[in-house]
Amino acid sequence: MVKKILEASHAVAEAVKLCRPQVLGMYPITPSTHIPERLSEFVNNGEMDAKLIRVEAEFSAISSIVGASAAGSRVFTATSSQGLALMNEVLYAASGMRLPIVMVVANRALSAPINIWNDWQDAISERENGWIQFFVESSQEAVDTIIQAYKIAEDERVYNPVIVNIDGFYLTHVYEPVDIPDQEQVDNFLPPLNYKYKLDPTNPKTHGPFAYPVPYAKLKKRNFEDFHSFTPIIKEVHDDFAKEFGRSYGDGVIEEYKNDRPYVILTMGSLSGTVKEFVDSRDDVGLVRLRQYRPFPFEEVRNALEGKEMVLVVEKDVAFGSRSGAVFLDLRNALFDMKDKPRINNGIGGVGGTDITREDLGKAIDELKNKDGEIYWFEMRG
Amino acid sequence: MKEIRWHGRGGQGAVTAAEVLAIAAFKDGKFSQAFPHFGVERRGAPVMAFTRIDDKFIRLREHVYNPDYVVVLDPTLISAVDVTQGLKQDGMIIINTTKSADEIKQEIGKDYTVRVVDATNIALEIIGKPFVNMPMLGAFAKATGVVSINSVQEAIREKFRENKSVAEKNVEATLKTYESLK
Repeated sequence: MVKKILEASHAVAEAVKLCRPQVLGMYPITPSTHIPERLSEFVNNGEMDAKLIRVEAEFSAISSIVGASAAGSRVFTATSSQGLALMNEVLYAASGMRLPIVMVVANRALSAPINIWNDWQDAISERENGWIQFFVESSQEAVDTIIQAYKIAEDERVYNPVIVNIDGFYLTHVYEPVDIPDQEQVDNFLPPLNYKYKLDPTNPKTHGPFAYPVPYAKLKKRNFEDFHSFTPIIKEVHDDFAKEFGRSYGDGVIEEYKNDRPYVILTMGSLSGTVKEFVDSRDDVGLVRLRQYRPFPFEEVRNALEGKEMVLVVEKDVAFGSRSGAVFLDLRNALFDMKDKPRINNGIGGVGGTDITREDLGKAIDELKNKDGEIYWFEMRG
Repeated sequence: MKEIRWHGRGGQGAVTAAEVLAIAAFKDGKFSQAFPHFGVERRGAPVMAFTRIDDKFIRLREHVYNPDYVVVLDPTLISAVDVTQGLKQDGMIIINTTKSADEIKQEIGKDYTVRVVDATNIALEIIGKPFVNMPMLGAFAKATGVVSINSVQEAIREKFRENKSVAEKNVEATLKTYESLK
């Protein structure tokens, strides 16, 4: 293991290289661009034995790796914002075919107006697409989660695509210390992909063909039910990783920090680091961080929030037409039939790259302590 | 924790300076974090970059609002942007200029500690080009003691490992600014 200062995007590229994907379908878009840049350097200088397909847009980036994945290759792509939106149609095909694809999304606001900065609207808008989604707090967690993501996606009990979300700029452009694991260690943890249902001319089959109403409905019901069976497997992979690499993130699904206090901030991604610093400055507030956003970890969240006075969900997105952010919807759903449930409020901030500070978190908590069901907009700074 | 804000113009390498300072501090056994001002960079336009240095892993990810130190790569920036914005009361400005510290204080009109060095001239003399971002790291090391000059030089060698002669010229210039800081 080598601990060094790396830009998170370059750490991501190192992690992808360690996982030995065979096909990369790449199209650059800010703030994900440094990832394909570094990967193409690796392929060009022979450090990586992979086919890098330089496509003309993100629709083709995802299409190319859907084909390669169905043929049994380990694949990778990365994108942001409009790029993810352009992939939309194919994302449903990938999850419908249960392909073990791993993609990094460097989270960025969606147009219009054009904005290159960080928020979560891109990933949140894909919350019904059937992909597993993680949000990570640090460069180190990005590296570790990518390695775990392949192991999860390629588990026979799962066979499902995975998105690893890393905050645009707040992580992608930040240099910080990161341990890059040894190749041998990663090879031991992640053996070569042997995809059971790969397209094979000697044993012809079809992926994702036409389905009449009843078989279609049956498949969707099965997908829907399978989806929530992934959580224990995700925890298992996380625990195996922790044993092998010596690093863990809560139970792999949620992370609790000083969660023995009456008030809780529930959030995701890199903002959690700032929240931890805020929590350290107080004696009444703790943190529950969702590492796994899809499938939403209902049981884990309920257990973590039992007996709390008030939970403030802080998120960088909105759910249009639902009068709140999207994470708040799931939380309200999770707590619906809980006895003596905490009051819950929704802080929306960080939209379009606006900054959320410790001071802002303090103001929000103090204003919302005794409230319930409020939608609170953070001060817009930056 | 110490927070450093770098002011430069697009193309002068403020982001690289912030990064190399983070590497140097890490070599000193500290934890560090560096990042650019999030935005769209244009050559010649005022840009900013940031470094945080601490004894423990830095979890904080909000913008830097109240830096302890400001490093100014280009003296003409003083009239273009407020380089003292949010600077702590006991903060320090380290600037590449041919002027004296008193002259800079008068220009800024605020009572901050100012340290000056003619990094452009040193860069022209040693590197042969007006690249002041690495040399200003030497001035920073001397003025603040937050990072050692040895680690700064090792960090430069690591960053420019693919071009040894460029690395060594920068290392030499760094030592010269370290010694010439006023």
